[in-house]
Amino acid sequence: MGILDHHKKIETHATLLLVLSLLVVTIGGLVQIVPLFYLENTIEEVEGMRPYSPLELAGREIYVREGCYVCHSQMVRPMPDEVERYGAYSLAAESMYDHPFQWGSKRTGPDLARLGGRYSDEWHVAHMINPRDVVPVSVMPPYAFLLDRPIDGRYIGDLMSTYRLVGVPYTDEMIAAAQDDFRAQVDPMGDSGPLLERYHSAQVRNFDGQPELTEMDALIAYMQMIGTLVDRSTFVRDASR
Amino acid sequence: MATFEGPMMSIRAENSLSHYTDWTIGHVHSGALGWNGMITFGMLYYLVPKLWRRERLYSLRLVSWHFWLATIGIVLYAASMWVTGIVEGLMWREVDAQGFLVNSFADTVEAKFFMYVVRASGGAMYLTGALIMCFNLWKTVSSVGESKPMAAAVAAE
Repeated sequence: MGILDHHKKIETHATLLLVLSLLVVTIGGLVQIVPLFYLENTIEEVEGMRPYSPLELAGREIYVREGCYVCHSQMVRPMPDEVERYGAYSLAAESMYDHPFQWGSKRTGPDLARLGGRYSDEWHVAHMINPRDVVPVSVMPPYAFLLDRPIDGRYIGDLMSTYRLVGVPYTDEMIAAAQDDFRAQVDPMGDSGPLLERYHSAQVRNFDGQPELTEMDALIAYMQMIGTLVDRSTFVRDASR
Repeated sequence: MATFEGPMMSIRAENSLSHYTDWTIGHVHSGALGWNGMITFGMLYYLVPKLWRRERLYSLRLVSWHFWLATIGIVLYAASMWVTGIVEGLMWREVDAQGFLVNSFADTVEAKFFMYVVRASGGAMYLTGALIMCFNLWKTVSSVGESKPMAAAVAAE
């Protein structure tokens, strides 16, 4: 009896086929998942990571809402051309407070993992109003409407509590001060001390150049800090990886 | 083909080129449209006359049109995405003798323009085929005569 005859038995018996398929999938799943339990830590220890400030978090929500991740990745791979083009390769630790992570899977536009500090705020505003004004062959849609949408951070504290539920270490103090911090980050004349104490190296300024606090402020605040937190000089590569 | 392509694209050396590019898009569409889409069309052409008890389809010529539009459409679609995928993958990693990158990201966007026109026309052909099918099935239900009752229905007591 050849192997094909055996196979006929499986193919003509629905329950047997189902059970065996399930077995195959289970083995495949276990092979992928079990090794992770034996790794001490899948996330490197680095210095500098902190949760997003309220304004940055609001900007990140806009980034997700507008589906930026569909065309932009946030994951520089450790290959010479990518490091040359975008900057230091991404570490797992750098997206540890991203829920969900924004690694993306397609680069219709360039990678954004090292976007922070690369362009000026004015460049970002012009680019959002009409991408063709600064990159003539760009295929990105305009997002000028963000300038006309004021935000007040009314629910930002609730959002932070939600992120705390999934493991982002926001303290009670951070959540209580959420709305103050939200406003403090766009007010260069105000007292940004408490904000900076809670969120080190947060950038404080009027991001979109308008008097009003808009979604553009939040989005640019987020874009200007992507990939800037970790001090790479403190990163030691684990030989086992 | 698409099923073979998937595991192949997960190989590290291959993935370093194809990841983040249009190659993935071409791969997915050759499977979703070229395989599952075609299966769906076949099922509909078989099931609609059975379910509405029509003796035949409204037009076999239109089915033929649909088949060829869909086949040529998906070949254009997937092939153009393979080409742009490999083009941008190679352009992104291209360095000159001094080790500097040759192309800016915008250069790769510009280089893909023609293939995107091919992609759009392939997609339009595929969609036209599906619309022809809708028309054909609608006419089958609304204007083709009923078939004789099925033997099983008569035999039931």
